[in-house]
Parts: sequence; C-alpha cells; structure tokens
Amino acid sequence: MNPINYLYLAALLFTIGAAGVLIRRNAIVLFMCVELMLNACNLAFVAFSRLHGNLDGQIIAFFTMVVAAAEVVVGLAIIVTIFRTRHTASVDDASLMKL
Amino acid sequence: MESLIALLVGAPLVGAAVLLCGGKRLDRAGHWLGTLLAVVSFVIGLVLFANMLGRGAEDRALHQHLFSWIPVGGFQADIAFQLDQLSMTFVLLITGVGSLIHIYSIGYMEHDERRRRFFGYLNLFLAAMLLLVLADNYLLLYVGWEGVGLASYLLIGFWQHKPSAATAAKKAFLVNRVGDMGLSIAIMLMFTTFGTFAFGPVLGAAGETSEGKLTAIGLMLLLAACGKSAQVPLQSWLGDAMEGPTPVSALIHAATMVTAGVYLITRSGAIFDAAPDAQTAVVAVGAVTLLFGAIVGCAKDDIKKALAGSTMSQIGYMILAAGLGPIGYAFAIMHLVTHGFFKAGLFLGAGSVMHGMNDEVDMRRYGGLRKHMPVTFVTFGLGYLAIIGFPGLSGFFSKDKIIEAAFASGGTQGWILGAATLLGAGITAFYMTRVMLMTFFGEERWRKAPTPSPDQPSVEPAAETRGEYEPPHPHESPKSMTIPMIVLAFGSVFAGGLFSINEAFVHWLEPVTSFKHGHAPVSALAVTASTIVVLVIGVGIAWLMYGRKPVPALAPRGSFLTRAARRDLLQDDFNHVVLVRGGEELTRALVRIDDAVVDGAVNGTAVSVGGLSGRLRRLQTGYVRSYALQMLGGAAVLVFATLLMRGV
Amino acid sequence: MADFSFPLLSATAVVPAVGAVATAAVPAAKRTAAKWLALLFSLATLVLALVIAVRFDPGAKGPFQLTESHAWIADFGVRYELGVDGIAVALIALTALLIPFVILAGWHDADALEKDATKRWRPTQGFFALILAVEAMVVISFEATDVFLFYIFFEAMLIPMYFLIGGFGDRAGVDDATEGAARRSSAAVKFLLYNLAGGLIMLAAVIGLYAVTADQLGTGTFSLQQIVQARAAGDLTMGTGIERLLFLGFFFAFAVKAPLWPLHTWLPGAMGESTAPVAVLITAVVDKVGTFAMLRFCLQLFPEASKWATPVVLVLALISILYGALLAVAQKDIKRLVAYASISHFGFIILGVFAMTSQGQSGATLYMVNHGISTAALMLVAGFLITRRGSRLIADYGGVQKVAPVLAGTFLIGGLATLSLPGLAPFVSEFLVLVGTFSRYPVLGIIATVGIVLAALYVLVLYQRTMTGPVRAEVRAMPDLKARELVVVAPLIALLLFLGVYPKPLTNLVNPAVDHTLSVVDQQDPKPDVRVNAVPGEAGTDRDAEAAK
Repeated sequence: MNPINYLYLAALLFTIGAAGVLIRRNAIVLFMCVELMLNACNLAFVAFSRLHGNLDGQIIAFFTMVVAAAEVVVGLAIIVTIFRTRHTASVDDASLMKL
Repeated sequence: MESLIALLVGAPLVGAAVLLCGGKRLDRAGHWLGTLLAVVSFVIGLVLFANMLGRGAEDRALHQHLFSWIPVGGFQADIAFQLDQLSMTFVLLITGVGSLIHIYSIGYMEHDERRRRFFGYLNLFLAAMLLLVLADNYLLLYVGWEGVGLASYLLIGFWQHKPSAATAAKKAFLVNRVGDMGLSIAIMLMFTTFGTFAFGPVLGAAGETSEGKLTAIGLMLLLAACGKSAQVPLQSWLGDAMEGPTPVSALIHAATMVTAGVYLITRSGAIFDAAPDAQTAVVAVGAVTLLFGAIVGCAKDDIKKALAGSTMSQIGYMILAAGLGPIGYAFAIMHLVTHGFFKAGLFLGAGSVMHGMNDEVDMRRYGGLRKHMPVTFVTFGLGYLAIIGFPGLSGFFSKDKIIEAAFASGGTQGWILGAATLLGAGITAFYMTRVMLMTFFGEERWRKAPTPSPDQPSVEPAAETRGEYEPPHPHESPKSMTIPMIVLAFGSVFAGGLFSINEAFVHWLEPVTSFKHGHAPVSALAVTASTIVVLVIGVGIAWLMYGRKPVPALAPRGSFLTRAARRDLLQDDFNHVVLVRGGEELTRALVRIDDAVVDGAVNGTAVSVGGLSGRLRRLQTGYVRSYALQMLGGAAVLVFATLLMRGV
Repeated sequence: MADFSFPLLSATAVVPAVGAVATAAVPAAKRTAAKWLALLFSLATLVLALVIAVRFDPGAKGPFQLTESHAWIADFGVRYELGVDGIAVALIALTALLIPFVILAGWHDADALEKDATKRWRPTQGFFALILAVEAMVVISFEATDVFLFYIFFEAMLIPMYFLIGGFGDRAGVDDATEGAARRSSAAVKFLLYNLAGGLIMLAAVIGLYAVTADQLGTGTFSLQQIVQARAAGDLTMGTGIERLLFLGFFFAFAVKAPLWPLHTWLPGAMGESTAPVAVLITAVVDKVGTFAMLRFCLQLFPEASKWATPVVLVLALISILYGALLAVAQKDIKRLVAYASISHFGFIILGVFAMTSQGQSGATLYMVNHGISTAALMLVAGFLITRRGSRLIADYGGVQKVAPVLAGTFLIGGLATLSLPGLAPFVSEFLVLVGTFSRYPVLGIIATVGIVLAALYVLVLYQRTMTGPVRAEVRAMPDLKARELVVVAPLIALLLFLGVYPKPLTNLVNPAVDHTLSVVDQQDPKPDVRVNAVPGEAGTDRDAEAAK
C-alpha cells in the first residue's frame, strides 16, 4: 500500500482532533482530542520514516509518546482537581485566569 | 613694598571672616576689631602712598603677582595686583572714608543686636572694593565688582525683618547683575580679541584691533558701569537702596561703590579713546543721568532719597567727564574724590539727624533743627556748600572743571553737554538748598502730630489720632559720630582747593590716565561766572519756594513732572509693568507649557501605551477553546507562509 | 611605580559594594551600627579616591592611567577594562567626597520608616546599603573604558536609585499618606522608565557599535581605546549615516540622564519626592555620569557625528539654561526649584562640552565638580530646613534668618554658589564655559550670559521668601544647625571657597584630558585677533616656575 495514504489518514485524524478541541467543552473529551492530534502526528512521523527510509521519524514518535504520557499524568490530575472543586469538567467554566 | 598690597586687601578680609564666623563671643569686641582693621588698611595705604611719592612719576606703579588663578589653554587668569596712581587714589579714599564710617557706625549701630555682623559686612565690603581697584586684570576686577555687589546686598538688606529692605536688597543685586552681564561679555570679547584680559596688554594693544570690536567692548563696559554706578537705564535700584543703615548709604551708595563705574571707564580709557562711538554713548548716559538724578532729587521728601538722587546726578557728572577722554578723566576722578568727602559727610549728617529724630526720614517732619544739632548743622552745611559748588569749596573746583571740559569737547556736542552740566549745577543748587531749608530752617514741624496722609491712612499709628503724640527730642549725636562728620567736612572744604594748586591732582594721575588741556569755545572765566549765576538762581528759587513760605506738612499734589519725579520718573512703574509682570506671565506660561506640552508628551506616551494594552487585553477571553483557535490559526499562517516562501 | 599591580580602580568600586552588602547584613536591632558602618565604608572609599588622585600623574603620556584589563566575555569581545583620565579622577573624587556627606545628612532619613520594620525589612540598613551601592556603580561607570562594561553599570544604578526615590521618599508636607506614597512611586517609576528608555536605545547603539567593529576589524570590540586607535590609524571608518545613528543612540541616553531639555521632566519629580540627601545623590552624583559620558564616549567614539550634531545640541543646551532658570523662578516647592536650577546648570555643562574649546570643556568638567558641591550645600541645608518645618513650600517660611542665623547664612552661601558669585568655585567653571562658548559662538555665549541674571533672580527670591521678612509663627521655635549638620555643611562651604580662589589643582588635573579629547575630535581653540605679549615679565616667569614644579 502506498505510504502516502497513511499521511492522508494522519491529516484526517488531526483535523478531527483539532475540531474536537475547538468545539467540545468537556475537559476529558478535549483531552482525548489532543491525544488524537498527537497520535495523528505520530502516524505522520512513522509514515515519513517509511517514506524517507530512515529512523528519524520513528525516534521522534517515541519521544512524542513519552511526552504525551507525561502530559496525560499532569493533565488528568488537573482535570480531576478541577472536577473535585467545581463539580464540572466544562472548560468554559474555568476562565478565572482572564483579567 | 609690593607684599603690602595683598595685606591691604587681606586685613579687612580677615576681619570679615573672623567677625562673621566668630559667633556671639565676639559681640562685645567685634566693632572695635572691624574698625581697627579698617584703620590698619588705611595706614598701610598711607605707607604705600608715601613710598610711591618717593619715586619718579613714571615708575610709581607697583605689581604683585600672587599666583596663577585659572589656567586653561590660552585663558590665563592670575591673582595679581597693580597699584598705580589711580588705584592709590581710590585706596586712600576707600580706606580713609571707610575708616571714618566704621568709627561713625560704632555710635550709630550701638543699639543694634547684630552690630558685630554689620561690621563684618563692612569689612567684607572694604576688602572687595580694594580688590576691585587693585586688580591687575579685568577678571579679578570682576571678582571685586561682584564682591561689592554682595556686600551691598547684605548691607541694604541688613534689617531683613523689614520686607522693604529685603526687596530693595534683592533689586539692587539683580539690577547690578544686568550690569555684570555687560562686564562679563566685555571680558569675553577682550579674550577673543586680545587673548588676554590683563590691563597692561589689553590697554597697550587697544589700538591694534578694529574700531567695531572696541566699540562693542566699550559699550559692554558702559553697561557694567551703568549697573554699578546707578546710571540710566539701570539707576532704579539706588533710591531703594536707602533702606540700608545710613552709614552704608554714606560709604557704599555715595562715596565708594557707586563710583566703581567711573573707575572702570577711566581705567579702560585706552579702549574708549579708540572708540569714539562708545565715548559718545558714555557722555550721553552721563548727561541724561545727571539731569535725571537732579530732577528726582528735587521731588523727594525722604532726606536719604533726595541725597540718593543727588548721588546719581553727581556720578552722572563723573561719567560724563570720563566719557570726554583725556580732557576729562582726571577731573572725573577729582570730582569723585571730593564727592566722596562731601556726599559721605551729607549722608552722615542725615544719619545724625535721623538718629536724633527717632529714625524719621521725611523732611516735612523736620525743620528748625539747626538750634538742636549745631555740629550736624555746620558739617552738613559745609557739605551743602561744597556740593552746590560754592566758590572756594571742593565741589566748586571739581565741578567747574567738568563743566569747562564739557564745553571743550567741541562742536555741537560741546554746547549740548555744557548746557546740560550747567543746568544740572542749577538744579543741584535748588534741591540741595531745599534739603537744607526743610531740615535745618523754618518752623519746627516735628512738634505737631503728623497729619494723616490721604494716600496712606494705614501708616498712622493709632496713638496719634487720639492726640497722644509725643514729639521727638532732637539732640546732638555722640562724639564717635560727630568726629567723622567734622573730618569729612574738612575734606569737603579744602580737598578741591588743595588738588587744584598747580593742577597737582591732574599731574599726579597723568601717567595713568594721560591728560590734555581742553580748548573751550568760551573762556574759563565765563564758564565760572555762568556757573555762579546758575547757582545763585537755583538757590534763589529754592529760597522763594521753601525759605520764605512755610513748608506744608503734606506734600502738595504738584505738577505732573513733580509727581513723576517722586516716582523716580516712572522708571519703577515701567519696570514693574514690563519686567516684573511680563516676567511673571512668562514664567507662569512656561510652567504650564512644561506640564502640558513637554511633560505632557511623556505622560501622553505612557497613557497611550496603557490604552493600547487595555485594548489588547480584551483578546484574552479566558476560554481555552479561543486560545486553541488562535494557536491553530497561527500555526496555519506559519504553514502557509512557509509554503509560500518555498514556492517563491 | 608602573609595575605596582594593586588594582586601585577596582578596589575603589569594590569597597562601597562590599560596604553595601555588609550594611544590609547588619541585624535589625543594630541600626546605629549600620549607619556608622556605612559611613566608615564611604570614608574608606574617599581615602582610596584620594590615593587615585595622588597617584595619577597629569603630565604622563597616554589617555588613561592606572589601567586594568581582563578578559570577561571573550566571545563578544567584552573586557573588564578600567582606566582613568583627569576628568574621571576629578569626578571619582567628587563622588567619593559627597557620599559621606550624603550619609551624614541622611542620618535620620530612614528613622520614620522604622515603625514598620520587621526582622527582614530593615529600612535603615536598606537605605544606607542602597546609597553605597549607587556609589559603587557610579565609581565604576567613571572608570570603565569598555563600552559594554560602562553600559551595564550605567543601567544598573537605576535599580538602587529607584528604591531610594520610591521607598525612602520625603514625607515632609504630605498630609495624606496614601497620596504621598502614590506621588513618590509615580516619581520613581517615571525616573526608572525614562532612564530605561534612554538606556535601551543606547543598548541598540552599543550592539551596533559591536557590529561595526566586528565587520571592519575582524573581531568585535567594545574597548574605547582600541576603537579610538583604530580610527586614528584608519583601520576603522564608520559610514556617516551609521556614525550619526550610533551617536544619537548614545547621546539620547546621556541626555536623559544629564538631563537636557526637553528630556528633563523626570528630574523635578524625582528630586522633589525624594529626601534631600537622595536628591543630592541624583543631581550631584548620578546625573554627572550622563555629562561625563558625553565627554568620554560621544565625542571620542563618534567625533564626526558629534561635530555634526553640535549646532542642535548647543541650542538645546541654551534652551535648558534659560528654560530651567525661568521655571525655577516660578516654583513653589524648594526642592523642585533646586531641580530646575540644576537643569539650567546642566545646560551650561553640555554647552561647555559641545563648544569644543579647551576652556569650554575644562569649564564643563569643573562645572560638574563645582555644581556637585554647590548643589549639595544648598540642597542639604534646604533639607535641614524642610525637616525642621515639615513643609517643602516656600510660602510656609519667612523670617528664618532671625531665629536660625547659621542655617540662613549657610543657605545663602549655597545660594550664592548656585548663582556663581565670583570667589566661589562655580564662578570659575561658569565663566570658563561662557568664554569657551563665546570664543567660538559669540551669539550663543551672549545669550547664555542672560542665565546669570536669571540665576540671581531665583536664588534671591528663594532666599528672600524663606529667610527674610517678619518671623512667621510656625518657624519661631526653629532650632539652628546642630553639630552633625554643621559637619556636613562646613566642609562643603570651605571647599567652595577654596576651589573658587585656587582651582589650579583641578585645572591641572583636567586640562591634559581635555586636550586629548579635543585632539580626538580634531578641534583647536580659536586664535585671538591680536597677538599680545601675553604677560608682563615678572608674572610670566612666576608662572613658568610654577609650571616647572
């Protein structure tokens, strides 16, 4: 199969993820959408790796996974804390930082 | 001998330092110390004078170079003294009259709690004035020049608790500063023209530069002289300066400091001789001032202010004579010296009168004092005869020579100047007779309570309106005051005659000032005769107005001229409207501009930056999704930009 | 002597810096000890400054002496380079001399804040430590011959100054504490932002200078000497446009600091809101770095651009002179009056610097020193006065002369020095500046002379309104100067008198440095029209003999 198709798939997934981030309010869903975007990128990296015939993309994909895992730890912790204090996971309610 | 010159300045300077820094411990002995040092200075002056007479006329000048003062590149200023015949004359006048006035002040200031400080200031004045006449370059002269200005400021404002005294002192200093501006510009011009400002080189090379430059230097020196010597247009401070204690008026504002302008012009003779236009300006100023001062003197009821007008007028004579060049310099200085005697004597007499009259200065409150103060009356009277130029007394010799020289200056100018000086002599006779009659003759007006003046009702004390007026008890002043007056009276009588024996004074000064006999279009005898005629007319009119008729207790309204003269010919009004008001408006406008425009631009920048950031702040909505959208948009823009750049 | 390697210049900057740290570290309870410690360190600095002045040889060749040079940030050609010429020596001596007086005069300035003191917030220690910190930075700015090194300390001194103005301001005459605090902090912020803006523009020019030298010499450098030598040798030629831009960048920063009209508006606020000793620190010490840097950096780094800008700068200086003086006349607040008077005086200094004559520049340098001393005398006495009455308004005084004659007398002498009375030091410098300007630009010289009349006006009006007239009830109980205050004022007055009569030690120090600057700018004094055999015989030999010594 032509590796180019994987790139199309990656673009599609990224778009779905981005749209989700922009549209959805639930923090958990938002978070999943971010993960979707990250994984779309991973897919693209791996596809590029294949296309170019070197391992750079795959190495970066590993990096991304590690970073994403770390991010999930921190992010979920924040979301859980917010849910505990506010009893909601809607991101629009958490706008106290604005002036 | 040279080393004595520094001592001459040093003695009073040490006195000033000790008296002003010494504190209250010196209160009891301070006046003696101050007087002693003034006398020491006078004795040194006499020693130097005797020594000078022992040498030939051409090598009498002494130089003393102390140290290099400001050396920067071509600019070399030294602390160095020069004592020649001209300086010597001044040294003797300053220290002599100065010593007498120190002695007089012991009595006059006896009841003032700040007497020590008064003597400190007097010593400071002597030191500065001696520095002025002994300096061998213009910059050092400038130091003395401002030094006497400072002493004058401190002494006019000596009674600082009186707002009028403080204001008068400030005014004197400020007007003098305008003149000082002239002196500093003159020095700068000399520096750029000659590369130096020491007397010897500058005056020696005066002929080698263009007349235009010399005229500029001359006019600037004239401006300086106008400030210090109270000549029109910078004369307005002298009348107010009478707020100071009377010995100060006698020493500083009659005998010595105000004549510094005459010294400056005489000293710079070589420059003026080569710049006829500047000379014309000098004689014009002199002629205008001698009439101006005389007219003002006629209208004043305040005895000291009348005398101040007279001082202005007499200095006008000197300036005029100095402006005539070699035919006049010596007579200017001679009149200066005789004037020093008789005017100091007149002021001390006025002080003595005030001393006996509870510090009353209004001549309309005097009258008939000759019986109560015989010594004062006689000495004042001799001074009076001297100033009006009564034949045989000092003023006659010196003033007559100036009138002659004025006629001799040639052409139309000669006739105009001659007429002005003659007219001035007549007015002098008038106003001095008026002072004399109002003070010492006539009804004893002080016995009656003063009539409330319609102009100033507020100044009348309440006690007098209730009829509890207690008249003053005029009495003769103590010896310490009368002795200086007697000595000065001797000077007023004999100095002029002595100086004129074989033209002794003229020949004494000749090596410094050079001398030429003027050739008057009329004979000397005719000039003398007309002077005497004018004098008699002046005295006669005064007699008719103030001797025959009783003097009204309130000044009559008088003609327009009288009213203007009472207000110093409206000069102060002019100054007030144009300079004071104008200045206030200007500074106020500038304050507004500084706040609104200059600082406003700065603050405006700050405010607009603040406003802009306020607008930009709205972009921060706090909604995560909008941030995400912005990020997406930004990323998209970047991607497209990259693609576009690639495409190109 | 030459191989004597004790780093004298560094030591002079390090001692006050160490003093600042030591003072700040004094425990809260020992306030008085902190004051004495600060005074001790400032005196030690003064001793070192005097050692510099003694060891400096005005006759020696080469522009800088006592030099120290170490690599610092080698990658960017930044070096730790110190060196002094006569001008710097004079100004270091001035700084070191004034700081002990500032400390003594401000002995009780921080006491009012002690009521809020805690173990960690120690106002007294902080106040004196900040003063010493400013001293250290000013001293090193005078010493630095590396542009980057200079820049760092030129900017860094803003930080302690900011806290001194905003944190330790003048509480006299402030009825409403919050409003007073707001005024103080706004003055401090204005001071900081104004100077920071100038500094940032200068930073751009500093980087530009590096770029130019890196481009032409191969390796970039900030060394003043290296750049001047390279220019002289023809290795470095800046384009006209570039040179002008860089000049403007430097000049802007110095003109803000100096301050030159119309960049002066921060000064009256800063001086008005801070206590008198801090105001002295601002105008007599910190601002001098601005005028000094014009002389050292603007003229020497960019001689051609300096000549190009001269007409505009001279006109601005002239405006400063007259404008400052006129505004001083209209002020109602004593300290703001002194501030505007200072603006007028800075106009004279800049006029002298850019007149490009030896009299003008020597005069300007002397002016910096003399203005420092005279303003310190006037301002500190004004501070004593304000502390006694608790008001800064001129209208609240009257008749002080009668109750406190010594205070009035010293105030008058300070005022007379400010109006440049002959016999006092400022006259010498002012006249030199005027002559120097006049010999090249007669019209400007004459207009500047008007400044001396205006100076008399504002000084005498101030004196008349505060000191003379009937005694006001509020000042009746005013005590005269105390011993500590006399110790502050008397030496300053003595110095004013001494330098007025015998300024030669200073002129000897400054003249060679000014000649060097003028040779870098390639300017000569105008020649007089008539050559006169300058001095009569005996005076001439005297001077030669003195010169030989």
